[in-house]
Amino acid sequence: MAEKRLKTGSDFTWRDMEVGNVVKEAGNAALRRTGDWRSQRPVIDREKCNKCGLCWLYCPDAAIKPLEDGYYEADLFYCKGCGICANVCPKEAITMIEEEEK
Amino acid sequence: MSRRVGLEASLAAAEAARMADVDVIAAYPITPQTHIPERLAEMVADGELNAAYIPVESEHSALSACLGAAAVGARTFTATAGQGLELMHEVVYVASSMRYPIVMTVCNRALSAPLSVWGDHSDVMAVRDTGWIQIFCQNSQEAFDLTLWAFRVGEDSRVLLPVMVHFDGFHLSHVTEPVVLPEQEEVDGFLPRFRYPFALNPDKPMTHGAFGPPDIYSEAKIAQEVAFRKSKDVIIQGFKEFGDIFGRYYHLVESYRAEGAKTLLLTMGSFSETAKIAIDLKKSKGESVGLISLRLWRPFPFEELRQAVGNAETLIVFDRCISFGGPGGPVSSEIKSALYSEKNRPEVVSFIGGLGGRDMAVEDFEYVIERGREIVEKGSKELFETVGIRGKVTGIRG
Repeated sequence: MAEKRLKTGSDFTWRDMEVGNVVKEAGNAALRRTGDWRSQRPVIDREKCNKCGLCWLYCPDAAIKPLEDGYYEADLFYCKGCGICANVCPKEAITMIEEEEK
Repeated sequence: MSRRVGLEASLAAAEAARMADVDVIAAYPITPQTHIPERLAEMVADGELNAAYIPVESEHSALSACLGAAAVGARTFTATAGQGLELMHEVVYVASSMRYPIVMTVCNRALSAPLSVWGDHSDVMAVRDTGWIQIFCQNSQEAFDLTLWAFRVGEDSRVLLPVMVHFDGFHLSHVTEPVVLPEQEEVDGFLPRFRYPFALNPDKPMTHGAFGPPDIYSEAKIAQEVAFRKSKDVIIQGFKEFGDIFGRYYHLVESYRAEGAKTLLLTMGSFSETAKIAIDLKKSKGESVGLISLRLWRPFPFEELRQAVGNAETLIVFDRCISFGGPGGPVSSEIKSALYSEKNRPEVVSFIGGLGGRDMAVEDFEYVIERGREIVEKGSKELFETVGIRGKVTGIRG
């Protein structure tokens, strides 16, 4: 997916605009960085997580990815920091931290 | 063989749309444009034209319906005037920004209030910055010719922009004049079938009219502006191709006996023909005068204007619109801006008249020329003067 991701931000100039701003490739939201206006990001504490998957189920943007070892991770390319995952987590394993706190 | 017939300008425009074999017409009748949709509706009903005529409840809907038609690649035509163009206003911007090559005749009409169905250029000036190619006709032949030309230029894959063909309400729209109509094969040779490269089609899904948040809107508008300015090359090429086929050559700025003239009068639209008679009379008395008419209003023909003005000492600009509280008539302000960077620019004098159907006779243009020269000789602090308006106007200062 990463190599297919489209130009965004400073790479994208007026010369990249299609005539009439048409979007020729339908359903291309997955190719665009839609997580760049997030102010908070979810951090999952593996000590508390019981792999129930509610965060993955509830995420409105399908931005929580299941990992091979059964745990979950937020895909920050898309995650908008809404905090629903943290809110539904029965183990309170997810903390929303401010983006500026690295 | 072409035929020479008596045709009113409105019907000439309708005939051009028929010969262009338009696919969709959506229009709402409004004086003085009424004869155009009326005639086209009749052609569709009588089977003379195989097109969809969409009757709508307003001009806003008329142009909105045209957007939809153009989006699927239909050759689309509409017509309006004055208040109708005002009611369309937000959709006017959408058509150009979405790059739909709709052709629209505007029978230029004054704006309310007081209510006026008669002609002036207030409606044109209110859509000046909307990104449509805008062209002016002086007679019925041009109403026919430039409507055909508008489809050719707007639909060109290098352009893809809507075109407004302006002609003066009543003074031209309702005047019957000789018009040379070409053969259908000649029209077909000039105007190929429209192939819109981004036509909506369920087999190849595409998004038109997407949202433009702050991180993309500026780039979208600059891309539109660059494309709009570049359309001038195709506009010129379109005039050349038209002339080669039909024998009538048009120019972005038309000059009439202007070569070497010390004083030039500048007009737009059908009043230019009256002004020509005033120029002839002045010339016959040995006066150094000439006329230039702006045919292309947008994109503005800067280079061609400077060439047409040449070394003239005085340029008298006649406006049929008031820019309330502004620097003079709207055309004169544009002319001043266009000439500002020139080292040897002429003195530009601004006159306003011909509002809301007020006629301008030959002697009115003679007055404008005489008074214009006097203003330059004696100097004046007025931003503009009026012609044919009762009561002297003073105190219009910058």
